[in-house]
Amino acid sequence: MENKSKRVIPDKILQAGHYQPFESTDFGQPTIQRVAPKVTAQTGPSKVLDSVKKVVAETVQDGMTISFHHHFREGDFVFNQVMREVIDQGYQDLTLAPSSLTNVMNDIVVEAIEKGVVTNITSSGMRGSLGNAISHGALKNPVIFRSHGNRARAIEAGDIKIDVAFLGVPNADEMGNANGQNGTAAFGSLGYALMDAQYADCLVLLTDELMPYPNTPASIKQTQVDYVVQVDKVGDPDKIGSGATRFTKNPKELQIARMVNEVIIHSPYFKDGFSFQTGSGGAALAVTRFLRQSMIEKQIRASFALGGITKPTTDLLKEGLVQKVMDVQDFDKGAAFSMKESPNQQEIDASWYADPANKGAMVDKLDVAILSALEIDTDFNVNVMTGSDGVIRGAIGGHQDAATANLTIISAPLVRGRIATVVPKVTTAITPGASIDVLVTELGIAINPGRTDLQAALEKVPGLPIFTIEELQQRAEKIVGQAKPLEFTDRVVALAEYRDGSLIDVIKEVKD
Amino acid sequence: MPAADERLRRTMMFVPGNNPGLIKDAGIFGADSIMFDLEDAVSLAEKDSARYLVYEALQALDFGQAELVVRINGLDTPFYENDIKAMVKAGIDVIRLPKTESAEMIRTLEDLVLTAEKEFGRPVGSTHLMAAIESAKGVVNANEIAAASERMIGIALSAEDYTTDMKTHRYPDGQELLYARNVILHAARAAGVAAFDTVFTDLDDEEGFIRETKLIHQLGYDGKSIINPRQIPLVNAVYQPSEQEILNAQNVLAAIEAAKQKGSGVIALNGQMVDRPVALRAERVMKLATANHLLDAEGNYVGE
Amino acid sequence: MQIKQSALAGTLESSDVQIMLSPAKQGIQFDLVSDVAKQFGDQIKATVLAVLAAYDIDQVTVKVVDKGALDPVIKARAITACQRALAIADQPQWEVL
Repeated sequence: MENKSKRVIPDKILQAGHYQPFESTDFGQPTIQRVAPKVTAQTGPSKVLDSVKKVVAETVQDGMTISFHHHFREGDFVFNQVMREVIDQGYQDLTLAPSSLTNVMNDIVVEAIEKGVVTNITSSGMRGSLGNAISHGALKNPVIFRSHGNRARAIEAGDIKIDVAFLGVPNADEMGNANGQNGTAAFGSLGYALMDAQYADCLVLLTDELMPYPNTPASIKQTQVDYVVQVDKVGDPDKIGSGATRFTKNPKELQIARMVNEVIIHSPYFKDGFSFQTGSGGAALAVTRFLRQSMIEKQIRASFALGGITKPTTDLLKEGLVQKVMDVQDFDKGAAFSMKESPNQQEIDASWYADPANKGAMVDKLDVAILSALEIDTDFNVNVMTGSDGVIRGAIGGHQDAATANLTIISAPLVRGRIATVVPKVTTAITPGASIDVLVTELGIAINPGRTDLQAALEKVPGLPIFTIEELQQRAEKIVGQAKPLEFTDRVVALAEYRDGSLIDVIKEVKD
Repeated sequence: MPAADERLRRTMMFVPGNNPGLIKDAGIFGADSIMFDLEDAVSLAEKDSARYLVYEALQALDFGQAELVVRINGLDTPFYENDIKAMVKAGIDVIRLPKTESAEMIRTLEDLVLTAEKEFGRPVGSTHLMAAIESAKGVVNANEIAAASERMIGIALSAEDYTTDMKTHRYPDGQELLYARNVILHAARAAGVAAFDTVFTDLDDEEGFIRETKLIHQLGYDGKSIINPRQIPLVNAVYQPSEQEILNAQNVLAAIEAAKQKGSGVIALNGQMVDRPVALRAERVMKLATANHLLDAEGNYVGE
Repeated sequence: MQIKQSALAGTLESSDVQIMLSPAKQGIQFDLVSDVAKQFGDQIKATVLAVLAAYDIDQVTVKVVDKGALDPVIKARAITACQRALAIADQPQWEVL
């Protein structure tokens, strides 16, 4: 059947997963029964084990769901150590449920799939060799992609039932009190991992810095932890975050960033006490810099900045231009360090950040979100998951969640190389067009026709070129030519959920 | 009557002629003129590729409202004639001759352009010319060069070769260029064509770039040659008229309009005569105000 | 027509394409490497073959390594390669442009 985002979802898939097709970006006010984890009581005196081998043998069984976080990003040493043991000890039929999968995890996941160790995966996204393998049908069951908010929802609702969570932390005491802020491999907020800590039946912490008891601040508490395993190194500090965040010199990115800022400051939301989320990446950092200048000129301060945090954002906090930083993850060392220093930089978990099945999430109070896109179509649907060849190479992240902001801006170049970003129909719909308000490209902007208020506000801005999204799509096509449609088999290799748990799209096996 | 019209030429952006990545995006940054370079930016072995690349780019790509200029290889090179033919056939707006030292060089170019226009069925006179002055001899002959052809739209100072010729180099304060800048500007104004200042190559010295741009703006130059799109907003900011200038200009133009309505030959504003120079300046201020997005749809000032 | 010599045009920079022509005894062998081959492989080939045809070259091995070049770039690089392969780099064939 065709869902409300005009994507055809095979009925078989809907039935097999007891899925509802995507209907609406409005979650409504349902009453939801959450699940609770099993607790195995203990009184100590210590939970410390000295080997990953032992802890895997003690905790894992065939058919279980195991989870990890991705706060170490490309500097992660924990995932590979644990998965090595899991594979070598011959477990089968596991479900892998990490908050996301980074490139350093690819090879071992591919190996685990080939050996039948992992037969199900749910993640925010994946890239590289793993994305390629999945897109070529390596995994028997479809991967399920969920946004950060949706993962929190799925864990709370029991859609993801975590048997064992293996969470790397840069410090912990012998009972499991831990945070992300101190230690050699500090990464700042533990936002995504806090869900696993609250809901896993069994929680294993892996750390390279054992602290005197009691260790504070305790983002993860001893009440949640079953084992603490000491390892040599949990992560490579140089690869955890981009080091010094560098302001882009790419003139096209600057052009787009300047225009994004024009849209923000001429929108009705740019007033004292507004809130925003910018994300990472060169253009996003540039927007933050332009926005800073505008805030100073107009004497406007933001009540909070949300989401994945970078140093340019924590600098705004330091300058008093932003009152609070609500921090689910830190993209660089500067932001991670700032969290330790500033009481106004609050660590938030994924549920607080973005879960729709909540008594209120931070994204519900968000005024401005600046998001990226691999593709955006003439219905404003956004693809952040599949590349121009149809292969999985992205992540939902908080895209669907932050897109519920009052003003959601997609910032993307019209074309990348010979690939159009603005297309007649996206390869994979991840974030529905109904939640996207403005597209900003280097040539100009397009406003969602549903937002006549923004049209009225922005058409008065001199020098801001406004097109229809169809016009931008045609401009892109004129530059690159008409692309031959990608070919897929009928086999579904991945499901893309919307943040409410309905199915927004499926990803099929690529035909080569 | 020279071919120079009154279009804005605040920025002439240099784009290396053999670089597809830079060429394809050249139109999106709002440069008033884009100069594709077949000369210094292209190695000897790639002169042919750059010529075809710029030719095909001019045929197929959209560079928006920008005036399109090509710097061809010099008269003394084996690439000169083929460059002219290819660019005339491509329908380029302006051919820029490097190392111009005499009016004769412009006339030679003009003859070849005319022949090429006829050969390729281009409207005769549609290809405009400009000269880069890069030597003491060029500066000395600036007057005759600027006035050498009806097709001339401007002359430019090219300081790298010029300072070498003068046995000096570039200094932050630009004293070494003072004479050349003034001579070229006077030659341009006397001939009724545009005057372009030289490039500023240190991209990291934003302050120095702005200082130099303010200087040439004060002298009266039409604009500056630039090597990176990042320099465009900086130049435009220097050329941006003030609110007071815009209000004055609007008053002048309103007075002219009112006089026209009344059929009156004499135009006065606040008891002062509005003569032709005042009117021209007002028009230019309004053009700059529009280009800097300082006016809304009704023409009201909306700057900061 | 055969070409006189092997010739290379273009670079491996992003948005460029490198085209190599080498002599062949029979017909045109065409080999393409491109990240966008799925969507634009046919168009890239058609553009290069059209340029070869304009130069009457029909016995040649063509190797194309594309880095996301737009069509005018591919055409320009093909023209350069043909001019060089026919040893007429300094005598542009104006009717081909």
